[in-house]
Formats: sequence, structure tokens, C-alpha cells
Amino acid sequence: MTKAITVSGLHKSFGRTHALDGLDLDVETGEVHGFLGPNGAGKSTTIRVLLGLLRADSGAAQILGRDPWTDAVETHRRIAYVPGDVTLWRNLSGGEVIDLYGRLRGGLDTRRRAELIERFELDPTKKGRTYSKGNRQKVALVAAFASDVDLLILDEPTSGLDPLMEEVFQRCVEEERNRGRTILLSSHILSEVEELCDRVSIIRKGRTVESGSLADLRHLTRTSVTAELAGTPDGLARLPGVHDLDVQGRRVRLQVDTDQLDAVLRSLTESGVRSLTSTPPTLEELFLRHYQEDAVAADVVAEGAAR
Amino acid sequence: MTAAAFAVRPRLSRQLAGTGTLLRFALRRDRVMIPVWVAVNALMVLSMPNTLKGLYATPAERADLVAQMATNSSLRAMVGPVFSDSLGALTAWRVGVYAGVLAAVTGLFVVVRHTRDEEESGRQELLASGMVGRRASLTAALLAAAVANAALGLLVVAGLAGQGATGALAFGLGIAGVGTVFATMAAIVAQLTESARLARGLTAGVLGAAFVLRAAGDSATDDGSSVLTWLSPLGWLENLRPYAAERWWVLLLFAAAAAAQAGVAYALAGRRDVGMSFLPTRPGPASGRLGSAAALAWRLQRGSVLGWSIGFFLAGVVYGGMTEGAADLVGDNDNARRIIERMGGQAGLTDAFLSAMVGMLGLVAALYVVASVLRLHGEETSGRAEPVLANAVGRLRWAAGHLVIAFGGSVLIMLLAGLGFALGHGREAGPILGACLVQVAGVWVIGALAVLLHGIAPRTAMAAWGVAGAVLLIGWVGPALDAPRAVLDLSPFGHLPKLPGGEMQWGPVLVLLLVAVVLLGAGLAGLRRRDMTT
Repeated sequence: MTKAITVSGLHKSFGRTHALDGLDLDVETGEVHGFLGPNGAGKSTTIRVLLGLLRADSGAAQILGRDPWTDAVETHRRIAYVPGDVTLWRNLSGGEVIDLYGRLRGGLDTRRRAELIERFELDPTKKGRTYSKGNRQKVALVAAFASDVDLLILDEPTSGLDPLMEEVFQRCVEEERNRGRTILLSSHILSEVEELCDRVSIIRKGRTVESGSLADLRHLTRTSVTAELAGTPDGLARLPGVHDLDVQGRRVRLQVDTDQLDAVLRSLTESGVRSLTSTPPTLEELFLRHYQEDAVAADVVAEGAAR
Repeated sequence: MTAAAFAVRPRLSRQLAGTGTLLRFALRRDRVMIPVWVAVNALMVLSMPNTLKGLYATPAERADLVAQMATNSSLRAMVGPVFSDSLGALTAWRVGVYAGVLAAVTGLFVVVRHTRDEEESGRQELLASGMVGRRASLTAALLAAAVANAALGLLVVAGLAGQGATGALAFGLGIAGVGTVFATMAAIVAQLTESARLARGLTAGVLGAAFVLRAAGDSATDDGSSVLTWLSPLGWLENLRPYAAERWWVLLLFAAAAAAQAGVAYALAGRRDVGMSFLPTRPGPASGRLGSAAALAWRLQRGSVLGWSIGFFLAGVVYGGMTEGAADLVGDNDNARRIIERMGGQAGLTDAFLSAMVGMLGLVAALYVVASVLRLHGEETSGRAEPVLANAVGRLRWAAGHLVIAFGGSVLIMLLAGLGFALGHGREAGPILGACLVQVAGVWVIGALAVLLHGIAPRTAMAAWGVAGAVLLIGWVGPALDAPRAVLDLSPFGHLPKLPGGEMQWGPVLVLLLVAVVLLGAGLAGLRRRDMTT
């Protein structure tokens, strides 16, 4: 499988702010890749570098096998981009903008355009200033999905969409994947990422902290287990990888590192299991773990400063 | 029950809640704009007695001027009639109309900026959700304009008091009155349109109509008594007759008009929803034919190109038409002739006058080119450029679309001005068209400088307005003040040959074109290399 996007050791500063601090990103051709990170982590900056709008200070980046800065125009023919906050021209109708963007890329599939307008329930005759945020977003989405391109770069594309439209969006992404297109999806909506993405990269403060398939990432995190036992549990606390153990009579609640789950289950069955609930880690927990490390670190610093 | 509860009108104090905060906020946002507008206007007015003293030193010369104005209808159309030969009266005559226009523009900009602009951008919604009454925004905007007008009026009164306090008071109040009338007019128009740009354009159109009415009235009569003059707030200002047996009751016209217009604006504002307007936007086509960055740029700029074209053509016709009359008048005064000759060259007064007017329009065209080039800046900072550039559109191609319109458009409007001159003056088009084209070299240098700023240091791009303003000031005031050559040479327009009448000098024109090309090239190179701002 070839790579649609490869980024390694990307650095970009704006004055004293280090927006990107050695970021890595690999997107395989044909996959939907989730791009996650808290606000200000550098997601949009990375995307702007990949689009040749910003020039990286150092590091390597390739998009569709080319340099994003020097070959910008050539690569853009095969890319459709949806920004998180779409601004339209006040005196141009949505339909005009969709067609303009289509022509400025590789071209537009008119049948698909009509179908998408219907599915997204978009009125293409309204002028730019009269669209709501969600509808402006739909204009850019229709233009992107109807364009004849190989790579879609979507930067928080569903902000402002209602749940029904969110659903339509997810179907569209799946259709694009089935057609063999590659999608880089930056998002805050973790259920959306979980539903759609083959692989994800989580970034924090301009660096990639996790990258891999959801299954890979889950492996690194904890499963929560709640069990009702026949007898009193024994020895759970001594097992490696067990956290937040809470025993109340015969009821047990605990968190366990997913790769240690086997030993815990053996121990539980020895006491006789009446009922068992085991919840795999959600992406949310994964995400929050990285996020909260930040918060904890910040607290420590704050306390230190207070003393 | 519920309906009845909604129909209850909140008390006035609640409707105005938050006005003070909004006003302070508006004045803080305008802390540069208002002082600059007011200072430029006041400087123009307050420098005039000295200039006039230099031009018409003796009472006999001044009396002569007054007598001539009675017979010169074309010049009366430009500046209005004279009512007395004192320096104060001549000052009010010479700058009254223009100070009024400038005050009106200030007022309309301030009001639209704090009403329709806020609603269009959606900022108003956030404000309105706070402890802000229904009428607070409009009131704050009108008060901000009132602050600007009051400051201007005070400066004029204080600065001209040396020529006589009574006349200064009348003149200051009159200028502030014109500003207030157009501020309240803008408040009405801002309720009607959905776009701030259109609101500004329509109000400016009303201002233009007021100028034309006054000009028509004044060319017909020499004492401002024409009905047409009385229909225009700019005419009221001259009919207030500062320094010539003031007619104080005319101030009541300003007050009545301002009060009536403010009343209409409040009534309209109370009958519509936030963000909505009385002239709703019509739907556009469901599919479009725009297919390139250049087509997009033309679509965005064509309206303004059309407006500038019409304006320049009409200005050419008007100036061309009054050339003979003005040249006659100026010819009788040595000092005035010297100024015109400094501006327009020494080859006969008619040509010198034409040349001065062509130069004037060239300076104004510099404003066009800056506005047009800075569309690039606007597109970039608004975030609209980013998705366009994320398509298969190179930065140069994107910029080229706007720059062709900026640089080609300045050729177009100067040519149209030339045609207007030829028509208005009724003589062969060749020399005057050539004279207008020569101005383009200066216009392009300013435009290329704007490209350079935008390309290399986008944060400073707006400074191009400052450059255009400085060039305008040098070209406008420089000759009258007999400014040293070194100052006049700072402006590219100072190096252009004085055409028609003068000798065509290719040297400076080619050098200026070369400078423009170099600046343009450097700017575009910068644009290719830098980060796009968001």
C-alpha cells in the first residue's frame, strides 16, 4: 500500500509559539484516517502545511507523492479540502461556489452534485450571507464530495451540522472510502471518528502521541470490568495492570490494562462469576487520558507556582 | 395571553440598556479612525484663511473675486456662491462644501460600521444577547457619530474664532449639522439593506445627489436661493451664510432633518429582526459559470469598477465643461495662476487648468488602485482565499485575477476620464487622452507599492491607504502651500510631465513604470514565499 500523506518531524513556529514540534503523520492510500487532538494542538496548522498554505520550518512532508509546497497546484488538482469554518462570498449563491470549487479542482460530477444537494437538503440558490453556519459547511461538503479527486482533507467538517446531516456525512465518507479515496478527517466528534476511521493519530502540543488502528490503540488502554461473584474475590489487587479496584462484598469493579485482561478474568472465574460486564475502552477515554495528562501536569505546575 | 404579553413594549430605559457601554466600545474601536477623519477635515478648514491671505492679500483683490464669482456659474457649481469678501466668508465659501462632504462621509462610515456591519458579521447577535436594549446599538452608533461631529465643530469654531467668533460658530455648527444629517440618513439606509457595503454605497449616492442638486442650484443663481440648493443639506450649509449676516434659523433645518431621519430609523429598526432587512437578498442561480480565479475576481470587483468608471467619466465631463470659465477667473489673479501653473504647467491657462484637473483625477485613481489591490488582503484575512488556494490555483494566478483588474482598471478609468474631458471641453480627444494615460504611471507605482506591502508584510498592507492619502495630500495641498521641491518629489505624481500643454517627457514616465514593475515583482515574489495568514 502506498502512502497518501507522509509527514515526519514537522516543525512550524509563529513567533514564539511552536505550533508544530516534530509532528509525524502517515496516511495510507484508501484509508480514512482520524486526526485528533485538543484545540490548539496543531491539527489545522498541519493541514495548512499539507495544502502548501504554510511553509514548514523543518521536517519532511509529502502529499500524494509530491512536495506540498513546491508542487501545490499539481497536487491540489487531486485534493478537495473542507475547512472547519467556511466563509462564502456575500453575493455568490451556494450553487455558484460549488461549481467554482469543482472547476478549480479536477472537475465536478454533476449527477453526484445533484444527489448530494438533495441528501444534504441544501438550497443552492441562497446567497453566501444568508446561509447559517451548518449550511455554509454543507456548501463546502457538497463541493468536496462531488469533486473528482483522490484525497479529501476535512478539517472538523461537521461543526454546525445537525445529527441527521451528521448521519448523511458519515454515509458520504463511507461511500468515498468504498470508491478507494483517501480521507484525512480532523474531528472532535469521537463517535464519528470511531465509526468511520481505519486508523487514527492523536496529537498534542504539536507532536504525535499515538498513532495506529483503533484496535492497536485500545490495546494500550484499560478495560473496565464489573462482576458479581459467587464468593469473595481474592488476590485481585496483586495482579499486574489492575487499577481503581473497588470490592463491595461480592461486587467487584475494576479497570485493567487491556493486555492483562486474561489474568483478571481467570482470577474472577476462580471465585465463580454470576454476572459480568466488560466495557472496552472508548476512544473518548483514550483521548481523555492524553488530554488529562496535560491538565494534571498543568495543575502540578500551578501548585508549584502557588507555593 | 402569551401574545398579549409579547405585545407589551418594554420601557424606554430598558430599550436603551447598555448604550453607554456600547458607545464607549464603539469609540474605542474607532479611536484611530474618528480622530484621523476629524483632524484631516479640520486641517483643511483651518489652513484656508492663511492660504487665502496669500492668494488675495488686499481687500481690493478679494472684492474682485467676489464680483467675478457672480458671473462665473461653472465655478459656483463647484464651490458655491460667495456672500462677503472677508477672509472668514471666503474660507467658508472655499471649503464649506468639501468640509461638509467629508463630515457626511465620516458620519455615514461611523454609523454603518456600528449598525449594519455589526449585524452582517453576526457580532451584533452576541451583543444583543447580553444586557443590551433593542435601541441601544443604533443609539450608540448615532452618539459615536455625534461625538465625531461635535469634535469637528468645536475644532472649527475654536480655530476660526480669530476671523470672528459669530461666523466661526455658524460655520462649525453647519459642518457638524451636515455630518449629523448624513449620519441619521445612514441610520435609515442601514435598516434597509442587508449588506454594509451597499448601505455605505447608497448613502454615498444620496450624498452625491445632494452635491449635484446644490451644484445645479448654485450654477443657476448666485445667492443660493434656488429651490435645488435648498433641497440639499450641503446647500443649507452655504445658506447659513457664515460670516455674512448669519441666518441662524437655517440650523433648524439640520435639526429637523436629523430628528425626523433618526425617528424613521428607530421606527424601522423596531419593526425588523436582528440581521434582517427591508430589502431582502434575492436568490441567486442554483449553478454557476465561474470557472477560474480570474472570473471570480472579476465577479467580486465588477461592481466597483463600474462605479469608478461612471464617476471618472462624469468628473471628466464636469471638469472639462467648467475649464474655460475657471481659467478665466484664475487668469485675473496672479497668485492663483501661479498655483495652477505649479500644478498644471505654464503652457497657457486653459491647458494648465486641464492638466491640474487631470492630475487631480490621477491622485484619486490612486485610491481606486489601492482599494482594488487590497481586495487580495480582504480575501485572505476573511478566510475566503484559503479554500480557493487549496484548489488547483497557484498564488500568482489567484493574485493576477485581482491585479489585472486593479492595474487594467486604472487605465480604464483614466481613459474614461479623458473621454469625459474631451466631451465636456469640446475639443480633440488625443492630447487629453494622452495626458490621462500618463497619470497611470503614477497610479501604478502606488498600486505596486500596495502589492509589495501585501506580499512581503501582510500585516502592514493597510498602510497602502496611508501612502495613497499622503500622495493625495502632497498633490492637493503642496502646490497651494508652495511646498519645497523635495516634498513634491516624494510623490510619484510629482515627476510626471504636465500634460496637456507641456512637453511629453518619456524619461520620468518610463522610470516610474520601471519602479512599478520592480515593486510588483518583489511583492509577488514575497507572496509566493510567505505563509498565508488566516
